[in-house]
Parts: sequence; C-alpha cells; structure tokens
Amino acid sequence: MRRFFERYDLVDVIMWLIAATILIAALLGSIKTIQSGKYSPATWVDLGISGLTQGSVYALIALGYTMVYGVLRMINFAHSEVFMSGAFIGYFAATWMAASGFMERNPLLGLILLFLVAALTSVTIAVLLERIAYRRLRRAPRLVPLITAIGASLFLQYMFRGLFGSQVRSYPPMPGLEGAISLPGGVEIEYVQILVIVAAALMMLVLYLFTQRTRAGLALRAVSEDKDVAALMGIDVDATIVRTFVIGGAFAGMAGVLYALIYRQVTFYMGFVPGIKAFTAAVLGGIGNLPGAMLGGLTLGVTESVGTILFLDGYGVPAPYQLKDGIAFVVLVLILILRPTGILGERLSRTKA
Amino acid sequence: MTTKRSSPLVTALRQGAIAGGVAVLLTLMGMVEAFNERDIVQGVISLGILLLVAIYVVFGSTTARTLPETRASVRLGASALAGAIGELFLVGLVILGQQVNLRPVFPNASPELWELLQFGLSAPQSYLAMLSFGAVFGALGAGLTLVSRRYRGPVIVGVVCVVLIGLLDDLIGITIASNPMFATSPVVDTISQFFFAQGVESGLSKAGAMVVFLVASVLAYQWPSLRRGARSRTQAMPAGRQHTLALGLYGLFVVILLILPNFLGPYLTDVSNSVMIFTLMALGLNIVVGFAGLLDLGYVAFFAIGAYTMGVLTTTAVGAESGQIVWGPGLTFWSALPFAVLFSLTAGVLLGIPVLRMRGDYLAIVTLGFGEIVRILALSDALKPYTGGSQGIVEPAIPTLGRLTASLSSQGLYYYLLLACVGLVIFVAIRLRDSRQGRSWMAVREDEDVAQAMGVRLVSTKLLAFASGAAMAGLAGAVFASKVGSIYPNSFDLLKSINVLAIVIVGGMGSIPGVILGSLVLFGLPELLREFSEYRYFVFGAVLVAMMLTRPEGLWPSSKRKQELHETFGPESEPRSQVLTTPGGAGSE
Repeated sequence: MRRFFERYDLVDVIMWLIAATILIAALLGSIKTIQSGKYSPATWVDLGISGLTQGSVYALIALGYTMVYGVLRMINFAHSEVFMSGAFIGYFAATWMAASGFMERNPLLGLILLFLVAALTSVTIAVLLERIAYRRLRRAPRLVPLITAIGASLFLQYMFRGLFGSQVRSYPPMPGLEGAISLPGGVEIEYVQILVIVAAALMMLVLYLFTQRTRAGLALRAVSEDKDVAALMGIDVDATIVRTFVIGGAFAGMAGVLYALIYRQVTFYMGFVPGIKAFTAAVLGGIGNLPGAMLGGLTLGVTESVGTILFLDGYGVPAPYQLKDGIAFVVLVLILILRPTGILGERLSRTKA
Repeated sequence: MTTKRSSPLVTALRQGAIAGGVAVLLTLMGMVEAFNERDIVQGVISLGILLLVAIYVVFGSTTARTLPETRASVRLGASALAGAIGELFLVGLVILGQQVNLRPVFPNASPELWELLQFGLSAPQSYLAMLSFGAVFGALGAGLTLVSRRYRGPVIVGVVCVVLIGLLDDLIGITIASNPMFATSPVVDTISQFFFAQGVESGLSKAGAMVVFLVASVLAYQWPSLRRGARSRTQAMPAGRQHTLALGLYGLFVVILLILPNFLGPYLTDVSNSVMIFTLMALGLNIVVGFAGLLDLGYVAFFAIGAYTMGVLTTTAVGAESGQIVWGPGLTFWSALPFAVLFSLTAGVLLGIPVLRMRGDYLAIVTLGFGEIVRILALSDALKPYTGGSQGIVEPAIPTLGRLTASLSSQGLYYYLLLACVGLVIFVAIRLRDSRQGRSWMAVREDEDVAQAMGVRLVSTKLLAFASGAAMAGLAGAVFASKVGSIYPNSFDLLKSINVLAIVIVGGMGSIPGVILGSLVLFGLPELLREFSEYRYFVFGAVLVAMMLTRPEGLWPSSKRKQELHETFGPESEPRSQVLTTPGGAGSE
C-alpha cells in the first residue's frame, strides 16, 4: 500500500481530483444554464463586454504586481493601495474640474489631466513605499518583506480613511462619457467601456514597446532575470527598481481612474478586491510575464462576468452574482494546481517562492 | 541608511522635514484632536499634545544619533532645529488652514484644530510658541541620547508608567467602584483622590503623576541590582529548594489568575475574555506561521467554521420563519464543542492539500482567498437556509456544568472556560514544539528542500501544522460564538486574520510567551482604548512595517527564530551574524 502511494503521489492525485471535480461541475452547470434558455445571446455579449472592461482594469493593475515580482521576487501587497490612492486623489481633481466648469469646456484635456493627477499620486506613493519600506529588506528572509507589504497596505488604507474620511465619495458625471452605442441584436456598449478598453490597450502597447525597444526596458528585463549579473553589466539596479515602481504606480493610478469611471465611486477600501483579482490575473497569465498579465486580466474579467452566471445559474443557485468574488479565488487555486506557471508561464517553476 | 557623512545642518533639516511631515499627517488625520480629549496629567498635558511631543523627541534623538559630531552643544542645537522645523510645518498648516477652507478635502481640518495647535494663543505669539515647543522637545530628544543608559531607561519607564496610568484612569476608577471590597473603604477613597484628578477622563493629578513617575523610575533604576540579588540568592539554594520555589511561584501565578475576576469587575473580565479568545487564535496561528513558516492569511476561516458549527448545532432559533435557519439539532455546548474543533481541523487539512506545493507569497494569497470564500459563502443567499446569510445565527448555547457554573456571572463563566482552554492550548503547543514534529516544522521553516533531504515528510508535516492551527482556531471560534451570542459573516473578515497575524509577528514568531504578550499589547490595549478604534489599523500597519524594518524577531523572540532572521540580514550585518551563528549553520545549536 505504501509503495503505491510513493509511486503515485497521493497529493497529486487528490489535487487532480479536486480540479477535475470543479471543472466538471462548471461544465455541467454551463450546459444546464444554456439549455434553460433564460438568457439571450445579447445578454452574453453584454456580459462579455463588461467582463472585458473589468478585465482591462485588472490587467493594468496586474502589470504592477508582475513587474515588481519580476525584479524583487515579492508580492507587493500594497499595490492595491497604490491603485486606490490614484482613484481617490483623482476624485478631488475631477470634482474640482467639474465644479469650475473646466471639464465642461475641455472634456478631453480634463480627462488627460485627471489621468495625470492620478498617475502622479500613485507614482509618489509607490516610490515612497519602495524607498521607505522595501529597499532595506531586499536581502531579508522572504516572509519579512511580505509582512512589511501587508503592514504598508493596512497603513495606507487607514491613512486615507483618516485623512479623507470613511464615506463613499461619488465621481462627478464626465461630459461625453454618458450614454451608449446600440449595436444590432440588442447589444449595447457604453462609451465608458470603450474608453476603458481602448485606453488600457494603448497603455499596454506603450509598455510593450518600452520594455522591448528601449535601453531602459532592456535594463528592466535584465534586472528581473538576475540582479547581480545585471549589476555586473553596469546596470544601475536601484534606479531600475525605482523605475519599475514608477511604471507600476503610473499604470495603477490610471487604472484607478478607469475603475472609478466605471463604478463612479471611491472609498478607502476600494483597492482590496481589485488588487486581489489583479494578483490572480498576474498568476493566471504567468507571474513576471508582461503579456501574460494582460492576457490573465482579460481572461479573469470575462470568466468572472460570464462564468458566474454560466456555471452557477444552471444549478438554481439563488443570486449567483454574490459569489462573483469567489470565482476569482477558485480560478487562482485551479491555476496553481493545474498549471502553476500560468498561461504564458515561465519563471515560476524555477523561482523558490 | 546612507553612510554618507552630512553636516549637522543638513541632518537637522532632513529629520525636521520628516518630523514635520509626520506631524502634519497625524494632525490632518484627526489624531491630535481626538487624542486631546484625554488628559494624561490634568492641566499639564493631554494625549494629543503628547503625540506631538513624542514626534519631536523621537526625531530629535534620531538627529542626535545620526550626527557624526559628538559635541553636546552641536547635538542639542541640531535636534532643537529639527524640532523647530517640524513645528514650522504645522505653523504653515495653521496659516494655510485659516486662509483656505480645507474641510471639503480633509474633514478634520476644523478651526478648533488650529486653535489647539496654537495652544489657544493668538496669531503672532502663537507661532513663536509653536516653534519653541518643537525646539524644546527636539532638544529633549537629543538630551536623552547624551545621558548614560543607566539613567535613560528609568526615566523612560517612569514616563511610560505615568502615560499608561493616566490613560487608564477611568478604567481604574470603574474597577474600584464596581468592587464592593474597595468601593466603601475610606483608605482607597483617599488614595484615589490623591492620585486622580476629578472629572471624567481627566487623568492623573499633578501630585499623583509626580509620585507615579518617582516610584516607577526608582524601581526601574534599582531593578538590575534587585534581579541580580534575587538570582544569586536562588542559585545559592540547594536544587530541591529551587525547584519548590519555582513551583510555588507558578502556583501563586495560577492562584492569581483564578481569583482575578473578583478584582477586575465585569468590564475588565469581559475584555480579558476577548484577549484570551485572540490568544487562542494566535497560539494556533503561531504553529502555522511561527513554527512551520507557512504564512496563512485566511486563518479567520477556521475561526469562522468553529463559530458557525457551534451556532448551527446549538441554536434554538430554528424554523422556517424569515431570518432563521432551517436546520439545527439543538445540541448542548459541550456536545457541539468537539464537532466545532473537528470540523475546523478537517477544513485545515482540506485547505492544506491544495496548497502543499505552494510557498511563501502564493500560499499567503491562496489562504487569503480561502478565508474570503468562507465569508462570501456564509454571506450568500445560496447557503442562507443553513448559515442565515447576512442575518447570521442567534442564540447559540451557553456552557453549563451544573451547580459548578450556576453561581458564576456570565463573564466569570467564560473567563474560567477560556482560561482552561488557553492553558490546554499552551500545554499542547509547548509539547508540540519540543517534539520531533516541532523540530520538523522548524526544519521546514528554515529550508524546505534541506528538510526534505533530511527525511522530513513534507506532506504530513505541513498538513499537521495546518490541522493543529485550525483546530485551535475552531476552539476559539466555538467559544466566541457562545460568548457573543450571535454569529454574523462580517465578524470574520480579513482584518481579523491580519489582527491575529500582527499579534504573532509583533509578539515574536514561534515564541509562545511572545504571542501572549502580543495579544495583550495588540488586542488588550486597543480594546481598552476603544474610543480611538478608528486609528487602530493605521497603528497596526505602522507597527508591522516598523517591526519588520527594525526588529523582525518580535518583542519576545524565540532564540532560534532570532538567529534565523539575522543570518541573512544583508551584507552590512555580516559581523553580527558571524557572532550569532557558527559556520556549521543554523542546525548546530
């Protein structure tokens, strides 16, 4: 008996069983839901588009996680607060511009300014985090920076709560972003959704070009490959790490504005859930891998939006959308069981987490 | 941080700017104003002003310590400058706040706040007063670095004692009033009139503060010699008598714990019950994080499973009416307790299996996800017939032991129950730590690959860590459910996991006395200062970061863990790790 267990690792067997059960359950649920005919094709397309929108935001945040993981081999838990801070300070800029009538007169310039303010805030916070909390811990045992990041996350969250109050604040309506385009077949796309998807795609393209075509991008890739060797090759490791935090922060801040434009409100704890989702997205795509983060974000967004109803509604689960946040975690566990390297995976198998 | 030598002026400017930033932040967060409600010493200093004083003292002493210059006058001058610059930020804030209405952005920026910062003075004099306030306490910080350690320690101890007693004055008053033995005694009355100022939350009287400070600092000054004396006397005794003495001391400690509720009064007993529930959880998490090094951020899930098991199995509010669960066998507390522990333990194993292959960061996130899934499930409509959804479960059973418990008050009942649980769990934790299993955990914590190569079975080792930690959390959850009398999904959020994690980390990972100390400091103290609960997690976050940066081993570290943490602590601490560890590595102790 013991020999049997040693040959076929029992743990692997159990994990595959768990994964298979979940996948079969999801498949059966989907078949039941589709057979029930409760939802029209247009509903699925709508859900898919809102999933893509949501996924673009996840992807932008996920880039920050993945880049920092690439250079420091740590999960920057406080990245969700970097995201929150951008959305939050963006709120003040947006209300000010709306109140002074500036937004009404130059909607495009106003929007760009809004992005700039949010990005600047987030970059400041991200760089301060690196400088104060993480830099001294680069050679510390792994648990130490992780706990520091958790502490920093808590600190930032409650600092914002203390400074700006705990109430939910609503973004002012943006001129030009109200309304939707109607497509044939009853599908509707809101202008905000178009803005989010296009902006995210553009930003990712810029990042991709930056990492592949510039010397700074090359340095970044070198540092995430091997810090010590990169230093020997004359790369300023400290500066590259700071640059990573700058890029990650800027993306998180702009993602914060996009998120706030979708949901129209900000609070001090708004970073937590998108932060966890974005981390899941980063792992899903293969952590440390930039295109992976983008792919992971979009996949997770769509799975969450479409999958919640597709998998669960067929079983007659009341109010399946309540379980939406659970889906992301199940996806994370599945990925780590089935393909720990992620979709475009590399690196994870080699690193010692 | 930097080894560059900088001039006193630059150092003072830099430290002053940081101090000013911190002061402005805390002021705008409303901490200074909220804390100002509490007097430490009546008519002399409030907690709010003390906060500012603390900032300038700390940064003043940092300035003095980072200066290469050793002349006292230069150090004092630079620190005074740093303090004044810090206060200059607040002057700027006051001037700005009086010109522009900052309240739409910062809700705390009220005119009362400016008045408080100006010490109630009018414009030009008040700015001068503020600057000299900063300078004086900055210089005081430098002064502390100039006196020898022999005197600095006692002074700090004295101040801390005054602050603590001043803060807890009302509590002491309530405790005295609620105890029939003290309340009517004229002697107690005279003493408390001497020490405490009249009125609500008014702190110590001036004379009382002086006496407390003097007694505490003299005791602290004498402490090393007192301890040395006691130690040499016990060592002179024969071994048998030493043993009896130790037993006697332990016995005395246990007796004190047993009669404590009679002196504490209902409120403080209730607080100690909450502390003990957190101690139970922290002892469990200490096995997972401290012993085995597996960072579990969803630990509250097991607590929740224990609580829900107790709730579902024992509640009497069963029926199809709205807001009630449809199934509940209505067991007694004692027959449901084993199930609560067993279910949490099973959940621990079930969670353990999929995360066996994960390490560090991934483990943290997946366990966090698990904790959230449990909460989301409990909250959802899908499980509402069994868990009550957002309305939760009410009326779980109360533990009874016939005539033995009938005479106790509700708080007293849970006090003894929890005391027994904590005692049991401490015993189990110590036995586990010192067993072969405990050594396997520590081997896995230090290096998983090496541990496996040495024949440690990773699967059973990790699963056992999860299972025993989960069982302890389940026990805590079951008692918690019964004590609170209702179970809601939102009592089991991530913050609770982080709260317990902070206790383990701040107390000292892997150290059982550390965990107990941690739950007293990080749970007991905030519980007593409930009115400042808004700032609780802010302070937790700051404490976690500061702890990791300066003292990752915790307040009361276990010796092994301390060694590990300083082994690989950067190239600059190389000489230190040479002293601490032999070339044979960490296993050679």
